[in-house]
Order: sequence, then structure tokens, then C-alpha cells
Amino acid sequence: MKKTVIFGALTVAGLAAGAAGAATLDDVKARGKLNCGVTTGLAGFAAPNANGEWEGFDVAVCRAVAAAVLGDKNAVEFVPTTGKTRFTALASGEIDFLARNTTWTFSRDTDLKFDFIGVNYYDGQGFMVPKALGVSSAKDLDGATVCIQTGTTTELNLADFFRKNNISYEPVPVETNAEGQQQYLAGACDTYTTDASGLAATRATFETPGDHVLLPEIISKEPLGPLVRHGDNEWGDITRWVLNALIAAEELGITSANIEEMTGNTNNPEIARLLGTEGTLGEMIGLDNEWAKRAIMAEGNYGEIFAKNIGEETPIGLARGLNAQWTDGGLLYAPPVR
Amino acid sequence: MSDTHAESIAFVRESSLPPAAPPDKVGGPLKWVKDNLFPTWANAILTLVALYFLYLLLAGSLPWLLNGVWSASSLSECREILDGASGACFSVLSERWHQLLFGFKYPSDQYWRPTLALVLLFLAAAPVLFIDLPRKMLLFTGLYPFLAFWLIWGGPIWGPIFALLGVVAGYIVYSRLVQKSFAMALAGGIVAAVIVWYVGGFIGEALRPASPLLEAIPSRDLGGFMLNMMLGITCVSLSLPIGIALALGRQSHLPIVKGICVVFIEFVRGVPLITLLFVANVMLAYFFPPGSGVDLFIRVVIMITMFSSAYIAEVIRGGLAALPKGQYEAADSLGLDYAQAMRLIILPQAMKISIPGIVNIAVGLFKDTTLVSVISLFDIIGMIRGPILASTDWNGVYWELFMFASLLFFIVCYGISQYSQWLERRLATDHR
Repeated sequence: MKKTVIFGALTVAGLAAGAAGAATLDDVKARGKLNCGVTTGLAGFAAPNANGEWEGFDVAVCRAVAAAVLGDKNAVEFVPTTGKTRFTALASGEIDFLARNTTWTFSRDTDLKFDFIGVNYYDGQGFMVPKALGVSSAKDLDGATVCIQTGTTTELNLADFFRKNNISYEPVPVETNAEGQQQYLAGACDTYTTDASGLAATRATFETPGDHVLLPEIISKEPLGPLVRHGDNEWGDITRWVLNALIAAEELGITSANIEEMTGNTNNPEIARLLGTEGTLGEMIGLDNEWAKRAIMAEGNYGEIFAKNIGEETPIGLARGLNAQWTDGGLLYAPPVR
Repeated sequence: MSDTHAESIAFVRESSLPPAAPPDKVGGPLKWVKDNLFPTWANAILTLVALYFLYLLLAGSLPWLLNGVWSASSLSECREILDGASGACFSVLSERWHQLLFGFKYPSDQYWRPTLALVLLFLAAAPVLFIDLPRKMLLFTGLYPFLAFWLIWGGPIWGPIFALLGVVAGYIVYSRLVQKSFAMALAGGIVAAVIVWYVGGFIGEALRPASPLLEAIPSRDLGGFMLNMMLGITCVSLSLPIGIALALGRQSHLPIVKGICVVFIEFVRGVPLITLLFVANVMLAYFFPPGSGVDLFIRVVIMITMFSSAYIAEVIRGGLAALPKGQYEAADSLGLDYAQAMRLIILPQAMKISIPGIVNIAVGLFKDTTLVSVISLFDIIGMIRGPILASTDWNGVYWELFMFASLLFFIVCYGISQYSQWLERRLATDHR
């Protein structure tokens, strides 16, 4: 009994000491592997393929961080987390980096003591209806039956939206996305609502996707981004700038195909700084000068990652929309690399 | 006498004629149908209704089953092949069967290892399950846990060997001392085993080969139905002895022992298994320093074992309570001490009464192992709900996958229940 108390005290002390002197970068380098938290499986964002290799939109961010820090995009230990276990896994140090389509909210950033390092996907709640219903706007849904996952923020957003527009609806509560899909297809509800990316992925699995449309209204903000533990700003900086480098690379026209050529002969000083032929940006974050080059070479720039995993050419078929570069009318806006 | 007959009668039949078949009206299939399906008007109607529903069921499911596609590479390809016809897309099973059985990270060239472990399991379990087999086979049963550990996890062979040596040392000390006192022998045995394990740990570290014979595989990489089997078998076999100890402890006259057992049993039975699993996954991570946590598999095994041993303890307590008081008194009057009385007289009878209850819990526990999918372990349900349904190829295939999982579970659980019925008949020395 006494012994366990001592052990307990020791571990708590060790944990406190570990948190105080946290240098995640050193830990990762010593380990030689990045522990990256992902979902247990979400189409297009993170899922192992038939050979057991993880792939997806969130997975690519993990690989870019590993490439920048360790020089090897495969030096990642993917730790699958559920919606319930993700935050404790990060807080307890089981993972160094969580890339699991997590919405950036006030309380998660402050109360749960995490730092969101940016946004890699701007999502929002949308509606899917059968084409046969002949509805072209969510505001026409007066009196509709709506399949809605219980206990989520989408439920609250839905109530707000209908009240604001002074129209009525009848909720059909469902537990999971799979159940919602079944209910919707069985005709139990006129429309199904959840995150727009989820709707697109769901529609892609239908036998006749063309018979269903996503309505143009997006009724909530869901900025999804990777996050790290609060308190280790150096590690936060590294991961934040890896993500920014991927976004900036697209803006500057650097792709995984032309990156070697770009490194050799470019007149653009920003590209030169990003790829490490000029300046000492890498040193400032405790890495070498080619960190961003490796990150971009891992899975390509932001646009390439998007196109490969969830873009219009894939079965998920998402348009860039809000996730286009600011120059194309989207929200992606990487701070200057300087 | 017989001579006279031989002359006067040409033929004497020495055996009776085989009985003629009864007329169709009172025998044969027609009679069976009339007796069993159409004995009265009410029953006849019920039969017809049942036949109709059977027809509906088969008409709905058979085309779907028989028309199944086995060779497509994605759900959309399946649908193209079926071209609107009703049919199952079993291709997901033929493409991902290895992930369903072994998880997605177990190296595919090593699949023979868990398979061999499973085959050897039958060999090891046989003498325990069938009392008529030669007792010498129990030797292999004793070796099996170490062998299976080495096969599944791989790595240096010294770990399992020293673990085995520790158990052997413990047993030798125990058997030397058991004549004097059971409690002292038990304590001595445990101390001896711990010493061997401790020393063995250092020797094993020193002897660690550069490349082990079997590639080491971390528990994180285990998955699929293999994980369910491993959890089920480990937890049931560990929780039986613990459950017996708890049941005896609860009946003890020593207040502290009794108190601990009662509190443990009542606490664990009052908490849902899923809560314990969350504690194993989430809470324990806070108590170990980062990076040095105890393996998640072991944490889960501890929690499930705790859970099922509390239930098994209650079942065995029921068995103990069902024994007539005369049995206890008879043991006392023979001059047996507590350990001897329990081991030789009380427990064999109590265990026999408890068999149905224990099997019930074993079956339930085996199915409960699918709950680990909630804490992001990839057992067969975790594999289906996570990676397979999330892959862009197979998103939307539900029936085929869950049918496959239920088929596997049904085979195992039905096997267990058939065995227990056989065992009850075999042991029926009867209190009836």
C-alpha cells in the first residue's frame, strides 16, 4: 500500500516535471518517430488502406511534420483516437500532435489547454436532399423532417437556423452517421444534415449519388485544424509553420514535381527563403534550412494533398470552396515567410 | 424328436419374417406431416402462415446471398457488376479478410504465427476440457501460455523462458512446503517465482540477440478477430482462479479478507465494463510517466479480468451455497484442514454445479471483448467500423461485414455452449 502511494507520488511528480520542461522536439528527435493522433477512420481524412498504410488528408499533415522534423515522412507512429479519447491522448503525452478533424473552439483552445496551430479544413454544417424533392435552398425546408445526430453541435445549429428563418421542422434523431445514412435512404426524413464534408463523403457511397444534392447554405462554422499541447511554444511554432509552408507553397506555385527545379533557379526571394536557399529560417525554429522543402516533398503542397485525398477527382468529390487560396476567393492565407 | 419332423415336414422356418411396413396412412412421411404439421385446423393454419413467412425470408435473402460478388475491388465496381440486380458485395471479405482476422498492422508474412498458436490452443485445451485424455498432456498445457506468447509477440525467446522457469521454481518450492502448510507453501512459491523473474530479467537483457528468431511485434499491431480471441481466452482463463479465490474469500470468517472480497466484487459488478475500459485507456495514461506506460493490451486484459472474475466469483458462491452443509461437516470430521477440504471435497462439487453459470459468463465475456473498439483498439468490430468502412472503396458496405463478424462469433459461442452441455452430461453423477 505504502509503496503504491510512493509510486503514485513519483509518477505525478515526474509528469509535472515532464510538463514543465517539455521539449517535444527533443523527445520526438530522441524517439526518431512522431506520435501522431488520427481518427480511427474517416473516409478521405484518415484511414489505413488494404496494405495497412495510413492515408488521407489529416495523415498527410502528420507526414509533412515528420518529414520536416525527422527527415522521413514515414517516421510516424499513427495513434488512432476516437472523439472521446483524443484530448486525453494529447494531454497525457501519448501523442505529440493531433490531426483529427477537430473543430477549433474557444473552450478547447483555452480551458482544455491546447493550441490550435491553424486550420487545414474549413467545414460547416450543410443539408442533403433528394433531387426529387425539388428544393434548391435550405430556407424552402419549412415543415421538413430532418435526420440529425443527437447530442452534437449540429443539433443546436439546426434549431438556431430554423428559428432565425422563422420556419418549422420535425427532427428524426439518429445516433451515428451510418444510421443517418440508412434512415435518409429509407425515406424516414426529407433531409439529412451534418458537416458538409461528411455529407459529400456519405453521398459518394450511395448507389446513385446523382439523385441527391447538397444545398448551398452552410449554417455553421467548423474550422478543423491540428493541435498541440499548450505550453511548448517551440513545438507549436514548428508545426504551425509546417502547415503554413504547405499553404504558402501552393500560393507560390511550388509542387512536389517542380520543387527541385525551383530550388535551383528562382528569382522570387520568398521561394528561396522557404526552400532554404536563402536566409536562416530553419535555424530560428531549431531545424535545418531544408525543413520546408522536405515537408512539401512529403505529400505535395496543400492543393496537391487536397486534390489527392478529398478533391473533385476522388470519390469524396469536395470542391475547394472556402478552402481555396485567398487569391482565388477562399480563406487560406499563409502569413509571409520572412 | 427332430428326426421325425425332418421326415414329415419339408420346410421349417427358423426366423420370423421382417415386419411389413405399415400402410401409408398410419406411418411414413405422410403420417409425420399429418401428426406434426396439420393435426388440428388451428395448427394447420399456423403451419401455412409459418411456411409463408419462411418463403418471404428466403425469397428476400437467397438471391442476395447467392448473387454475391466476390471479385470486385470496390463497392462501386460491385454495383457495376450487379447492374441494379440484388446481390451482396462479398468482395470486401475477399479483399480485407486478413484485416478482419489479424488487424491491419500485423505483418502479413507472419500470419502463420497466430494461426499456429490457435491450432496449438486446441491441443493445449484438450486435456483440460476432456477428462478422459491422458493426464500427461497437461504438461503441454502448462507450456502453452509461454509458447503462445512467444509465437504471437515474437522477440527474444529468453523472456518466455525465464517466465516459465519462474513458474517452475515456484511450483518446486510449493510442492516442498505444501505438506507443512498450504499458506506457507503458496507464499514461498510466489517469492521463489518473483526472484527467478527478477534475476531472469537481467540475464535475458544480457543475452538479448541482435536479431531474434521471430520478429518482435508490438501489441499495438494486434487486431481483428485474433484480438477478440486473445482477450477472451486470456481473460476467461485468468478470471477462473481469481473468481474461485474471491468466492472463497467472500465466505471466509476472517473479516479483512471477507471485507476486501465483498468490496471488490460489489464495486466491479456495480460499474459497467465500458467504464472500466475507459479507465484503462484514458485514466491510467495519466498515472504513468509519458512514454513508459504499461501496454494498452495488458491494461485492457487486467480490466476485463477484474470484471469477469467478480461475476464468476458470484456464480461459484452460488455453487458453494448449494452444497448441503453435511459436506462441510463431513470434511471437518475427517480431520481435513481448510485447504484440503476445499480442494478435495467442496470445490469439485461446487464447480460442477456452477458450470452452466460459468459458461454463460464466458460466452458473454467473449462477446463483450468487442467493446474494446470504443477505446480505439482494432478488434474485428473496430476494424469494420473504423478502417474498412472509412476507406473510400468500401464505405457503405454494412450487411456483409457485420454478417461475417456475427458468423465468427456464433461459431465460437455455439461451440462453447455445446461443450458445456456435453460436460454436464458427462459429470452427471446426479443430485436429482
